[in-house]
Amino acid sequence: MTQAPDHAPKMARASLAHRVAPWLPLALVPVLAVLGLAAIPSLSSWLTLTISGLAMGMMIFIMASGLTLVFGLMDVINFGHGAFVSVGAFVGVTVLLMLGPMTGAPSLALNLAALLVAVIGAMLATGLMGWAFERAIVRPVYGHHLKQILVTMGGLIVAEQLIIVLWGPEEIYIARPEALKGAITFAGAALEKYRLVAVAVGLAVFLAMRLVLRRTRIGLIVRAGVQNGEMVQALGYRLRLVFVGVFMAGSALAGLGGVMWGLYQEVITAQMGNQAMILIFIVVIIGGLGSVEGCFIGALLVGLLQNYVAFLEPKAALISNIGLMVAILMWRPMGMIPVVKAK
Amino acid sequence: MRAVLSGDMPRSRVLALILAVILVALALAPFLFPGVRTVDTAARICVFVVLVASYDLMLGYGGIVSFAHTMFFGIGAYGIALASTHMGRGFDALIVGAGAGALVAAALALVIGLFSLRVRAIFFAMITLAVASAVAVLVSQLSGLTGGEDGLTFQTPRALSPAFRFGDSLLGVKLNGKLLVYYLVFVGALILFLLLLRVVNSPFGRVLQAIRENDFRAEAIGYRVVYYRVAATCLSASAAALAGSLYAIWLRYVGPDTVLSMEIMIDILLMVVIGGMGTMYGAVIGATLFVLAQNYLQALMGSASGLVEGVPVLPQLLSADRWLLWLGVLFVLSVYFFPTGVVGRLRQGR
Repeated sequence: MTQAPDHAPKMARASLAHRVAPWLPLALVPVLAVLGLAAIPSLSSWLTLTISGLAMGMMIFIMASGLTLVFGLMDVINFGHGAFVSVGAFVGVTVLLMLGPMTGAPSLALNLAALLVAVIGAMLATGLMGWAFERAIVRPVYGHHLKQILVTMGGLIVAEQLIIVLWGPEEIYIARPEALKGAITFAGAALEKYRLVAVAVGLAVFLAMRLVLRRTRIGLIVRAGVQNGEMVQALGYRLRLVFVGVFMAGSALAGLGGVMWGLYQEVITAQMGNQAMILIFIVVIIGGLGSVEGCFIGALLVGLLQNYVAFLEPKAALISNIGLMVAILMWRPMGMIPVVKAK
Repeated sequence: MRAVLSGDMPRSRVLALILAVILVALALAPFLFPGVRTVDTAARICVFVVLVASYDLMLGYGGIVSFAHTMFFGIGAYGIALASTHMGRGFDALIVGAGAGALVAAALALVIGLFSLRVRAIFFAMITLAVASAVAVLVSQLSGLTGGEDGLTFQTPRALSPAFRFGDSLLGVKLNGKLLVYYLVFVGALILFLLLLRVVNSPFGRVLQAIRENDFRAEAIGYRVVYYRVAATCLSASAAALAGSLYAIWLRYVGPDTVLSMEIMIDILLMVVIGGMGTMYGAVIGATLFVLAQNYLQALMGSASGLVEGVPVLPQLLSADRWLLWLGVLFVLSVYFFPTGVVGRLRQGR
């Protein structure tokens, strides 16, 4: 009779490559910035482009974060998310136009106050709309992806048309508040003030979101729900309520993003949400569905790349994002920071 | 009859009757409804029947949502346009253009499909949306090749132009090239539709339906789900490209708005859902209803909006430009309450 081999488990430390792998995506943004620096001849234009890329990325992140959370939490893919962007922009701009004297005055405090009021108005409107959207459109089709895509697309069509009914079919041009017009010069580079504000707002939203998700009880429940919803429900939490809350918050964020985006482009149309959806989807896919951090990194990558490429070769700008998506999916088929298991 | 329809009978008397009426009306359209606008409507219906049927192969049978179907449609149309522009007016240009369009569409579908369907089917919807919009932008930017926003106007073979006469007149209809083009479109559409009907009723179609119902189980039985889905996508893409070719031959013009726009994509979605997902006949009913509504209902809505003038908001809600609003509502409601569409209803109520 032969002896069983000795039981000698080895506790090998994970290899360096293994330990670094989850953090690799974090390095992509600086790497891209450095590559941009190498490709763009002048330092000042690089700085301008980087700031506008970051600003664009932050705005895309604000719009996309709600979508990715909703997907992660409830496995609902909302193709109508763009409707919140449009509605947010229209409500926000309407409020801004009503506050004409405040935005026209050359005082930064007054301008920011007007912007704040507009943003709050837009977020309230889109939050409420999110609640209605969840109730009327999404709730009957849980767990059925095909119908979700179709129904939310239908919701988008209806919402777009309603915007046209309420605000008319023409695009609305909107001037930025007085103090946010123009640019400041820094190290020879012209940095638009509005873009700096956008970067600040985006960073604030990201940090606040992280704080809520990592440090609060509700954040804990949301993260646990993303990991394993059934288990959270079994522990006695009413995940449905949490989900409705997340849906509303995500819609409100999309509304905020819509206001920012509308002011960035200085023109709003009913279709702007649907157009933004293209970038939002790319960001959400390359970030990894359900991951807020992945979404943030993805948004910055898309923003930076788009600005660099538009400077170097204008016609390739939109294609560059598709290329980025293809490259990232070849590297990590589930996105940079995969959270939700393949279902 | 059974062999022509690949064993997929309408299975409802009313449905059979409606289909027969549509077929006869389309077959005799230039004689029954002479007039530029009505014949144009009939040709549009023929093209859209094929386009919607090919989309249904993917959506209704394969359970895959794509937003790039207009891209494939456009590839076929631009194939004809480019070939006719560079090779001169001739039937060889039409054949080369249509063939190349179908091949390019299938290759593109293969690449997108292998990329996205391998992970999750839901990626496909998002990626196609992104790719399709990128292609639409590209087409409008590469104005040297594609004519940009203005599109391309080109000449088809002499035999297909209105100036070509091959007789005096029959039943009061002038026998000219326009009539020939109509029948080219009609016969082409009929053949493509019957081929698609053949595909979905083949063993391949059965596997697709199995995958749609439960992909995990289909995989467990031993079918490579990804391969079947990709194959369905490619087939559907080339059928759409051929429909695009027919449309380009009919219009003798292609442009981003007529063949590539997102509006057409939404139209296709509405047609599939209203007609009935997962039945090829749904495509016929959906396309016919929709195109007719597009051409004639809008006028009706315009007069309705005139009637309620003075009431706030209501005129805007009813104005002809807002018909998409009502279609959107109809779309959402039909996904909830009639997921099988008109055809499913008719078959149930037999």
